[in-house]
Order: sequence, then C-alpha cells, then structure tokens
Amino acid sequence: MEKFEKLTGIAAPMPLVNIDTDMIIPKVFLKTIKRSGLGVNLFDEMRYDREGNEIPDFVLNKPQYREAEILVAGDNFGCGSSREHAPWALKDFGIKAVISTSFADIFFNNCFKNGILPIVLPQEQVDLLMSDSEKGANARMTVDLENQVITTSDGIEIAFNVDPFRKHCLLNGLDDIGLTFEKKAAIDSFEQKAAQERPWV
Amino acid sequence: MSGKTLYDKIWDAHVAHEADDGTCLLYIDRHLVHEVTSPQAFEGLRMAGRKVHAPDKTIAVPDHNVPTTLDREKGIENEESRIQVEALDRNARESGIHYYPVNDVRQGIVHIVGPEQGWTLPGMTVVCGDSHTATHGAFGALAHGIGTSEVEHVLATQTLIQQKSKNMKVEITGKLNPGVTAKDITLAVIGKTGTAGGTGYVIEYCGEAIRSLSMEGRMTVCNMAIEGGARAGLIAPDEITFDYVKGRPHAPKGAQWEAALAWWKTLYSDDDAHWDKVITIAAEEIEPVVTWGTSPEDVLPISAKVPAPEDFTGGKVEAARRALDYMGLEPGTPLSQIKVDAVFIGSCTNGRIEDLREVAKILKGKKVADGVRVMIVPGSGLVREQAEAEGLAEIFREAGADWRLAGCSMCLAMNPDQLAPEERCASTSNRNFEGRQGYKGRTHLVSPAMAAAAAVTGHLTDVREMI
Repeated sequence: MEKFEKLTGIAAPMPLVNIDTDMIIPKVFLKTIKRSGLGVNLFDEMRYDREGNEIPDFVLNKPQYREAEILVAGDNFGCGSSREHAPWALKDFGIKAVISTSFADIFFNNCFKNGILPIVLPQEQVDLLMSDSEKGANARMTVDLENQVITTSDGIEIAFNVDPFRKHCLLNGLDDIGLTFEKKAAIDSFEQKAAQERPWV
Repeated sequence: MSGKTLYDKIWDAHVAHEADDGTCLLYIDRHLVHEVTSPQAFEGLRMAGRKVHAPDKTIAVPDHNVPTTLDREKGIENEESRIQVEALDRNARESGIHYYPVNDVRQGIVHIVGPEQGWTLPGMTVVCGDSHTATHGAFGALAHGIGTSEVEHVLATQTLIQQKSKNMKVEITGKLNPGVTAKDITLAVIGKTGTAGGTGYVIEYCGEAIRSLSMEGRMTVCNMAIEGGARAGLIAPDEITFDYVKGRPHAPKGAQWEAALAWWKTLYSDDDAHWDKVITIAAEEIEPVVTWGTSPEDVLPISAKVPAPEDFTGGKVEAARRALDYMGLEPGTPLSQIKVDAVFIGSCTNGRIEDLREVAKILKGKKVADGVRVMIVPGSGLVREQAEAEGLAEIFREAGADWRLAGCSMCLAMNPDQLAPEERCASTSNRNFEGRQGYKGRTHLVSPAMAAAAAVTGHLTDVREMI
C-alpha cells in the first residue's frame, strides 16, 4: 500500500450530506474485476450527463478543482454499500484525504486499506475547512498525519484524531495481511480451542 | 462489574488476539462471497501466493449480476457481468469453497441462501463483502459487511482486524397493528435515528414486537441496520430461531445439536448489561411507512404529505431540496396520491417466502393496475419452488405480475432489471439512493404488503384499506 505521510493540495468542497457510495461510484462500474481505472467514473452520475459530457457546475469539473487531492464533505460521507470501488475510484482520481463530520463505518475502514485518510472533525471545524476549500486552487491546505494536524491556506492549524494502529499502517504503507500472518500462532491456537468448544461451527 | 450484552458475549468468544491498543483479531466463522466484491480479493491472494485458509467456512453464490428471466440457462448477455460470474466459478472451483452456481436450485441472494442452508447459526461471526450482511444478525450472529481488502484478509487468515463498537439497544414495545410489518419497524427506526444514528454501534433489537416476529421478519429488521449506520444489528436467539435452524442442511445434528443449543441459550444480554445508547419505540405508534426522498431516513407514515425543504435544518435543507427535485415531488402532496409506474418485490430485505405470502394475500383475485409493471423476484430458487408449491406463483401470474428467477435484480439494478429515467417505483428493497434502481429512477421504499397494494391501485396506498 502507498504510504500517507504529509499532503499539501487542493481541497474541493462537497457540502451535500449523505453522499452515498452509489453516488461515488454507480453500480454500472462495479462489473470490473480490477481495482484500477475507476477515477474517470468517480461521481459519474453527478459529473457527466447521459451523453457523457461533463456537467460544468459539478465541483470536480471546475478548472480550479480538477487536480483536487482532498475532499471536504457533508455529514455521513460514504453511506450505503460496502463497495471498495468507492475508495478505489477516489484514489484513482487522486483524492488522498476526505474530511467530514462523520463517515459510514465500512467506507471509513475501506479508506485506510487504500492509503486514503478519512478525518472526522466537529461541525465548526468542517465549516471552516469548507470555507477554505471554497477559495479554489490557490488555497492549498496541508494534512500532516505524523503530527495529526491540518493547516489551512491561512495558516490556521486544526488537530485531528486517528486510531494509532491505522496511523502506523498508513505512515508505513503496511499490508494488513502480512501483519496478521505475524500472529498466526494466536489464530492457530484459537482455532484449536474453538474446534473443541464449538465443534458444530 | 456490569453484565454483558449479546454483542459482548459473541465478541469475547471470537477474539483470537488482542493488541495493547485494543485492536483485535476477530475470528470469522462464516465467510459469504458473491461475484461483485470478490474477484480482486482472489486475484490479490494469487499475486501473493496465498491460499484460502478455511474453504469449509467459505460459501459463494453469484447473485448481483445474474439474469432473473426464465431463460437464464441461455447465459448472461452482458459481457462484463458474465466475466464476473465466470471469475467466481473459477475462484470457487480452484479454492475448494462451498459453491451454489447460477443454475443450481439453491442459488439465490447470498443473505437468503446462508440462513436457508443452515450456514448461519446463533453466536457466529459472519462476514461478506456486502453491506446487507447485517441480515444474519436475526439469528443472534454478529454479522456485517466488509470491503474487498477485508474479503482478501478473511480469505487469507479467517480473521478481521477490528475495534469493538459501542452497544445500542432498540426496543420496540407492545404489539404491531394490522397491516404494519417488520419492514415498517426497521424503516421507522431509521426515520427516528437517521442514517448516521447507528454509526459506531452494534444495535440489538428487542421488545415484545421483535420477539413476536418470525425469522423472516427479524431478518428484514436486521437487514436494514446498515441503513441506520450501525456496524451490525442483532436479535437474541430464542425458540423461534432454534425451530427455524433445526434440520437445515448445514445445521448441527444429534449430540452436536444439543451442545450447540445449550450454548445458544446463553446468548442474551444480561439484565445489568451496559448500553451506550437506548431507543424505545411503541409498536402501536408505527404506521405503514413509505420513503419520499433519496435517503432511507426520508421516512413518513403513508397518511402524511410530502415535506418541504424548510421543514428541515442544517445540511438536510439542501439535501431535501435536491431529493424532491430528483423525485419529481411537490411539497404538500399526500403520499397516498403519488402514482407509480413500477413495483419491485424481492431483495435480501423482502425476498423470503413470508414476504411473498403477504403479497399474495393482497393480490389474490385482483389485477395489477393498468400501465403498472410489477416484478416479483424470489430470494432463492428454493423460495421460488415453495411459492410455486403453495400456489402463490399462480396468484402472481393471474394478477398480471412478472414472476421471475432468483437474484438481487432491481434492488441495485446491476443486471438488466432496471427503472427507466423518471420511472417511479414502489420497492421492497433497502435503498432509495439516486440512480440505485436505474439511472434517474425514483424509488419509494415500502413493505411487501404496501408494494402489493400499490400494484393494485397504481399509486402509493395505505394497505390497511385493503385488509
């Protein structure tokens, strides 16, 4: 997995609440058997009309946000299905961090597996970052995972929380499966014990 | 020290390793697999030279992409869909996991097949690369959806890296009124808590109204726990659960049954258990409900009117404005006057035999309204067989409904079963998101009985007027 250490980039505002995974990547794009190439279809039904032309009003189609690497989003971002195609599409587009007041559980987990940092902040701080992101391409913000701080284009610093294990994995680009294999002895002994206690499983 | 919740008990019985920071490796008893979220996981295993750790605990079935037309054996027309199903065929064969291919009578929606075959049992941990894995919580199993990276992790290690969630109790007191069903309970709960109300929690549903539900109804309730944001929904197992499980192909038998039963009977929340959040709803206050917008929290009783954006606060004002525009609805319109073009009955939420019986009760001796297309899709091949045997299928056909083969179908419209732009549908599925049932399609979530009532009248209808 690609490491996430410190990112300075353009943030795009998406204030709509309850942006669901069907919006992030509609189901017609779930038929792939690959992880790559979904960026062009990110937010497809909001981003293009039926003929495939870009809808100019959509935030990521605006010249100042086409290179965005951060999303500042409304409440409950990523609700809905478990499709990992949602973070795959974000990542493929170039989004590396998403900031909101809340995320749906499965989407939140899926981000960490793909080198994307989802950050939960209180409403007033999300509002402040939303305003900052509305300034456009010249207003770059910085997300520093090591020090757990976001710096706005005006130099305002906002601290954020992140689970220590997930932080460690992101900073070092660690593969979960490799880490779990290090605990194989614990899994084996659990399996033996469970096989005696609950043989019907 | 306070007692334990049902969730605490299942969690404690499955922790294979706990790190100093509280991160746990949770052992997984059943891993269900379908064709959409698994190909990249199997590919990942192959690239790393890894094998499926526990093929005997892994069960696969294609459901999202499969055609539901009666000529299914002709194959899948869409090339990408066909490739995905073929990839599952190959991955299942090569890894030696349990598999129900497209033309096996036991094929169906993964969350209907699991319980039907007795793979899902009380006290288990169950995961699947699908958010509606919450369904299996009806058995008192800890069941939730995972992403594809986690599918790969479970295939490789039979564990998941997890942090424990908080405990939330949702109690539905008293008895449901006639015409009010499990679907109305689960939608009413989401209407009250919102789609993020359960975020960070595992919900246990309890109370007289829950205890009175059949297993089918309990599965409907738990199925939509995810729509309330919860990691999982649970219902403590009882005699209704044990009766349902007993005799199923993969349920324990003989002495193992007795041993299992003894443990299952300990699976309930202690009286002095700690709850982080409690919601109580009186069953008598729940009416048949319908969604008006594009989020499952946009729930109102059928007797209500379409709301206005100004009825809301914060970010929901703009979301409601967008939803009303998308849905083509005017504030103040009585919900029961909204005409429908289509009715969809099926899905892992409402594709079980009891749901079809509810539909048949309403449709019996009646005809589908002119101009309304009605699609009835059983949750599995076995549900279809049973509906044929009970004479339900004949009622559907005589009413003019389209009675099809099993699959996810128009719930998420990955196969050709889709709404046309601006086509309006009363649907027994679980999500009314923009584009969910087809590009620009308009979804109103309802119970099976309410869907059947709409099919007959051609508009959203209070089913209580028809019973």
